[in-house]
Parts: sequence; structure tokens; C-alpha cells
Amino acid sequence: MATRTVIPFGPQHPVLPEPIHLDLVVEDEKVVEAIPSIGFIHRGLERLVEKKDFTEFVFVAERICGICSFIHSQSYCQGIETIMGLEVPRRAHYLRTIWGELSRIHSHLLWLGLMADGMGFESLFMHAWRVRERVLNIIESTTGGRVIFGSCKVGGVRRDIDEPAMQSLLAALVETERETREIVQVFLNDSTVKHRLCGVGKLSHEDAYKLGCVGPTLRASGWAQDTRKLGYAAFDELTFQPITRTEGDCYARVAVRCDEIFQSIDLIRQAAAKIPAGEIAVKVVGNPNGEYFVRTEQPRGEVIYYLKGNGTKNLQRFRVRTPTFANIPALVKTLQGCNLADVPLLILTIDPCISCTER
Amino acid sequence: MREEQPIVAVTPNTLVGEVKTLCDQGWRLVQIGVTSLGELFEVNYSFDRDQHFLNLRLQIPAAGASLPSISGLYWCAFLYENEIHDLFDVTFDGLALDFKGTLYKTAQPFPFANRARAGVSTTVVQPV
Repeated sequence: MATRTVIPFGPQHPVLPEPIHLDLVVEDEKVVEAIPSIGFIHRGLERLVEKKDFTEFVFVAERICGICSFIHSQSYCQGIETIMGLEVPRRAHYLRTIWGELSRIHSHLLWLGLMADGMGFESLFMHAWRVRERVLNIIESTTGGRVIFGSCKVGGVRRDIDEPAMQSLLAALVETERETREIVQVFLNDSTVKHRLCGVGKLSHEDAYKLGCVGPTLRASGWAQDTRKLGYAAFDELTFQPITRTEGDCYARVAVRCDEIFQSIDLIRQAAAKIPAGEIAVKVVGNPNGEYFVRTEQPRGEVIYYLKGNGTKNLQRFRVRTPTFANIPALVKTLQGCNLADVPLLILTIDPCISCTER
Repeated sequence: MREEQPIVAVTPNTLVGEVKTLCDQGWRLVQIGVTSLGELFEVNYSFDRDQHFLNLRLQIPAAGASLPSISGLYWCAFLYENEIHDLFDVTFDGLALDFKGTLYKTAQPFPFANRARAGVSTTVVQPV
């Protein structure tokens, strides 16, 4: 039997912009066990809800993550609105859908860049982030923010997108799509990329489900599970099918995210074509009294918000289960048996967002 | 849109049996969460199957709270159970992977438990 060595991986590591630690037990170059540690930057935001007015807490919820910030605020608002029985205008739902999908595009492009960087493919990394910059510009022109949108509020949205701005947005998406197709060709067809990803970190169809995976990690193992199919926001009026692959390896997880960029562009076009005129918010009267589990689809997968109000301005409980938290057990399983050199890429393919996880 | 979210009441004694039934029926474990209700903790076990949502709910005394682990049925539950232990001081019997209180590195032990509000002193761990 080969000698076992424990190699500490993280919390500071070139491929990890955020802190997660893994104790990798290796035999020669093979990882035989991985023990995760999180909690280095746990912020206790769930507890802060007891001190903030429920309408103000949207700003805190949005800051749970710096990448999928808008969908966090959207999830929070949806929960409060459901508890209070608020009828949010359809136009606000469409605007939320558009901004949510823009978040998904920029998140996936950011991740593709990090993936290329992890492989040492620096020019591809720069191209991915260059295209992402276009998306951030669209977000900035429609919300005023690039990372924190500040557009969602309980009862609707704060900003509208008028017709000229919508046309400008759609025109920018044409160029974004063209440039994304160019870099996606490299991600999916380049021999060096395929060599690093194909057959690596396989997650079987059964394991992906049993381990509680969500998002692209689950869909890359053949499960057509996408929380947007629940029909929240404007998704009940848009046509799309979850994107799946069956290989369950790192390549499949990359391919799912690549295809989801184009799916999001299509969803934005559908939403822009169908968006109704009208109000963008309703007045909020009273305090939430009741409970609800909100489920939405973030770029990394299903997020769960549990909100419980007791009729006062402060919520009694605010709990978030982030997609990265749900994908950590699968990461631990797939690391078992992999080569030490593949560990960074394997970690990257679940698109870990520790900022979310340390809410 | 308001999703149907049935809640099934269970007890610590019936929890594992109910979870096994759901596991055998192909439900996916979505989350485990705790809400503090003063002297009690309310624990929600959430499951999904084909976009249907289901909750198992139980209440336990907040002081000296203990539950059987379901990580033998859903291995991924170890992460939720360790989190609940580190934040709420709920112990789980039979954890598949027990971090023994080291999953979260919080300045105050069990920050979501009710001790601070109840006036019970807590030991503050200084960062190293």
C-alpha cells in the first residue's frame, strides 16, 4: 500500500478567489479522500434579519453574493410578496427575468474565464472576460450598477427599461452572442481543453441526484431539473427546456454552461418581445405574517430562501441554502480517485461561490 | 406564483423512518433548516421530486437539543447537520462525517442558539 499524505488545499490558492479548504488525502498522485472546511468568512447575515426592516433587508440579501446578486434580491422579494399576497405587476416580473438572465450570462462568462485561467489558457480567459464586460455594460446602462443592481424591491422593481434602452440592450446582445460563439467553440472543440476536461471528475446520473446536486452540476449528469420551470417571474410565459448532458464529467459541466449562455440570450429576447406595458411596482402596506420557501434558479443552481414573518417589521427567520452548499458533497465524492493535478479544475467545475455559502 | 408546499409533522423518533420512505420513493434532499422559536427549535427537512416540494417538520427543545442523523440515508445531509450543530448547538447521532464543531469558524460558539439573548455568558474565541 502506498504511503498516504495529507495535502492542504486552500483556503488561499491560485484557483480559489474565495476561501474553501480541503484536506486532500493522496496516495502517490491519486486523491483517495477529500475533507472540506468552510466557514472562514461566515457573516451571519441570516441573523441580521432580526435587526433590519423587511423592506430594507433587500439590500442585505442582494449583497449575499457579488455575482448572482440580483437573483438573491429577487428571491427575497418573491418570498415577501408571496407571504403578503402582493400582486406584482407583470412588467416588473419581466424586468426581473431580463436582469436575472443577464446575471446568468455574466456569471457563466466569468466562470468560463476562471476555468480557462485554471487551465493556464490565459488568452481564452481574457476573451471570456472581455465579452463579459459587454454584459456588465448592459447591466450598468439599465440599472446604474455593475455588480449590485439595486433594482429589485418588495412589490416590484425600482427602474424601468424604456423602449430605446430595450432596443439598445438587444443590439448589444447580438454582438455578445457572436463573440460568445467564438470563444465557446474553443471551450468545446480545442484539443488541449478537451484533454483536460473529458472523462475527468465523472459524476454518475444516480450520484448527482442522491448527493443533492443542483444547477449545471446536476444537469450535466443527465437530470433536466431547472427551477425556472416552476414558472416564477415571467418564466411561465417563456419557452425553454433545461439544458442537459449525459457524460457527467468536467467537459459536460462546461458544455451545459456554454449552452445556457445562449439560452439566456434567447430568454431575454423572448421577454423583450412579450413585456407588457404598465406599472413596475405596487405599494406595500403592512408587515409579513407567515412563512414560505422560495425556490429560484441562480447561475449555480437552485437556491432556497426560507422566510418567516410574525407580523412585525422584522422577519423572525431568514434562511438561505445556496447552490454551492448543495454541490459541496458531490465535489467531495468526485475528488475521490482523481489525479492531484485535476483537483483545481474539478473544484472549478462546480462553480463554487463561497461568498454565497458564507452568507 | 405560490408553490404548493405541504408540511408533514414528524417527531425525532419517526424522523428516520419518514426520511427513509421519501428516500426510497426517489425524493431529493433539498435542505435542512432550523428556526428558533424561543424555548423550541423548529427543524425543516425539505425534499423535491419532479418539481414537487415537501417538508418534514419537527420541534425539539432548544436546550440540549439532539436529533438522529439522516446522513446514513442521504449522505449529503452531513453538511447541513454539521452546520446546524455549529450554529444552533444541536447534536446529531450517527453523523456520516462529523466535523466536531469545526465546520464553521465563528468568533462566538453556536451564534444562532438562544444563549446570548437569554443572558447566558458565552466564551468568545479570539482569532489567531
